[in-house]
Amino acid sequence: MSEAKLSTTTVIKPHGSALNLELGDVWAYRELLLFLIWRDVKIRYKQTAIGVFWALLQPALTTVVFAVIFSQVGKFSEGEVPYVIYVLSGLLIWLFIFNAISFSSNSLLVNVNLITKVFFPRLILPVAAVFAGLIDIAIGFVLLLLAMLYYGVTPAGTAVFAPLFILLAVVLTMSLGSLFAALNVRFRDVKFGLPFFLQIWMFASPIFYPSEILPEKVRSLLLMNPLSSILNGFRASLLGQPIQWNEVGVGVAIVVFVMFLSIWVFKKMEDSFADLI
Amino acid sequence: MEAIRVDKLSKLFYLGSTRHDSLRDTLMDFFRRDAAKAERELWALKDVEFTVNQGETLGIVGKNGAGKSTLLKILSRITKPTSGTVTIHGRIGSLLEVGTGFHNELTGRENIFLSGAVLGMSRVEIARKFDEIVAFSEIEKFLDTPVKHYSTGMYMRLAFAVAAHLEPEVLIVDEVLAVGDAAFQRKCLNKMKDVSQTGRTVLFVSHDMSAITRICGRAIALRNGRMVLEGPAPEVVRDYLNSDVGISAEHDFTKDHVETGSEVAVLRRIRVVDSEGRTSGSHDIRRKIGLEATFEVRESGQILSPTFSVTSANRSTVFTVIDLDPEWRHRPREKGVYVSTVWIPENFMAEGTFFANFSLNTYLPSMRNHFAANETVNFDVIDSVEGDTARGDYAGRMEGAIRPILGWTTVFDPNR
Repeated sequence: MSEAKLSTTTVIKPHGSALNLELGDVWAYRELLLFLIWRDVKIRYKQTAIGVFWALLQPALTTVVFAVIFSQVGKFSEGEVPYVIYVLSGLLIWLFIFNAISFSSNSLLVNVNLITKVFFPRLILPVAAVFAGLIDIAIGFVLLLLAMLYYGVTPAGTAVFAPLFILLAVVLTMSLGSLFAALNVRFRDVKFGLPFFLQIWMFASPIFYPSEILPEKVRSLLLMNPLSSILNGFRASLLGQPIQWNEVGVGVAIVVFVMFLSIWVFKKMEDSFADLI
Repeated sequence: MEAIRVDKLSKLFYLGSTRHDSLRDTLMDFFRRDAAKAERELWALKDVEFTVNQGETLGIVGKNGAGKSTLLKILSRITKPTSGTVTIHGRIGSLLEVGTGFHNELTGRENIFLSGAVLGMSRVEIARKFDEIVAFSEIEKFLDTPVKHYSTGMYMRLAFAVAAHLEPEVLIVDEVLAVGDAAFQRKCLNKMKDVSQTGRTVLFVSHDMSAITRICGRAIALRNGRMVLEGPAPEVVRDYLNSDVGISAEHDFTKDHVETGSEVAVLRRIRVVDSEGRTSGSHDIRRKIGLEATFEVRESGQILSPTFSVTSANRSTVFTVIDLDPEWRHRPREKGVYVSTVWIPENFMAEGTFFANFSLNTYLPSMRNHFAANETVNFDVIDSVEGDTARGDYAGRMEGAIRPILGWTTVFDPNR
């Protein structure tokens, strides 16, 4: 509804079709989406003393902690890639997912005043929260490049595939963020369940350890975790190791499935947001 | 040409199942679906039907909980109807509150863009009207100050300035005018009148009957979700006022089908009491009158200011009184139920019928209205002719909304 269209006709009916995902609506409101991303970025670190340095501190400190612990205890720091690079590249994606899902799952609740007072496709709220979180990836990337420079690791030519895995991570995060956001409106259980889910997910993903250290049986189970394929693919492309394309294929299929499932659930619950919230 | 067609519109609410469900409740509900459900159903709107022509301004009147807000929310596409359809031709803009989309941490300049975008303006459109909006709001100097440092008046002016520059073909307005001082309200009303004269279709909800008659050509009245009156605005307002005097000295909001409140606090009851604390709709002018509000705080930590105002039968405000009790004025409230009473002194109100309006607000750190209940209770004040009231020995008609006994002095000089 950006420019005046005299012939617009709106028909308001009890329920939208469950099959029509109305993604065109989201596109029509892309300007508002941009404004909301801009707002979320602006206010994210407001009223914090060190501001945007949090985005730097979080991966840096976590990496140091894990590097110290695992170089002593675990014996998987031996590989050809320095462990710090390994952890940092994993944390880059994980911290984005963790923060973005946390923010987006709350996005409907913290924007009550918008939801109850003005119309727009509700999906843009969790989506905007995820886009705003991309700042974490950008900052993490700078940190990773600095570390690679320090350890003398040069990015391989296959690094051109790295954005593909970031994209996959973004789509997965948006899907889960929207799903939890919708469920959060109806079931306050999400508030308690989500941190638990994220914790389990973190340990079930090869962030701090290489998947090779796991027994064969568990590794095939890990294939069901799309984050595992994303992390493995991202690291392989960045460091010039062979990319397991069949594993990537499974990951893409699962992400697409989760995406459609999440949008479907979101659309189904969307109509009742203003009444429930 | 028809701009809006509302056809057999109904909206059903399930009482008690609207807030904070847990997974367990939903599962339990599933297993006893048929039991207990029927009595918790309430129709916020039932078979409402009307049409609005292009360029027409339609007023919507009704008491709290009559279904006005639900109707506006459906028309604004915020909530879906349970049955029925609405067809709207033209770009829709709705103003259901002043300052939609505003964020306290952002500056005035940033909020103009954000709020404009939220209300449906494009970036280009906002940039084009930017100077006009700033001029209208009169806040040039503070454009780059975060709005949390604004006074309430500045905040309202800026918020309304953005809203006033929205140019939809169909404009839906809910009581935004109920806030601000008289001058600001007049400015808003004039702007509304301008809008309605530019050929745009306007839907306008207000408690202010004189505003409805001034701005609207036609009006409808809702009662308990049904449309009870329809016709030229002056006639509807007159009939509405005549039929609506049945409101009493006590209103139990827990029985309304829509909660009056926010996530911070909800209103339970308002009543007018005598000096002994009994509910009473009729008061001797020589006795004090208590206005009592019972509300439940659901989120602790906010500073809350209970506010009562009293309006006369012709809808002009006699006074507004804010709770300044030093014990509570700056003290964050814990969760729980509060009963706030303000006492109107003896020999203060004039004879007549008055309405008591209650609202709960937070002024610090920033202005926020949690709820307002206007004209839900009324009371009569009766003057006596026994000579000990302000009327003295005069038994005729006395003008004025208040009738105080004031001190007089006399200077007498027999030599002049």
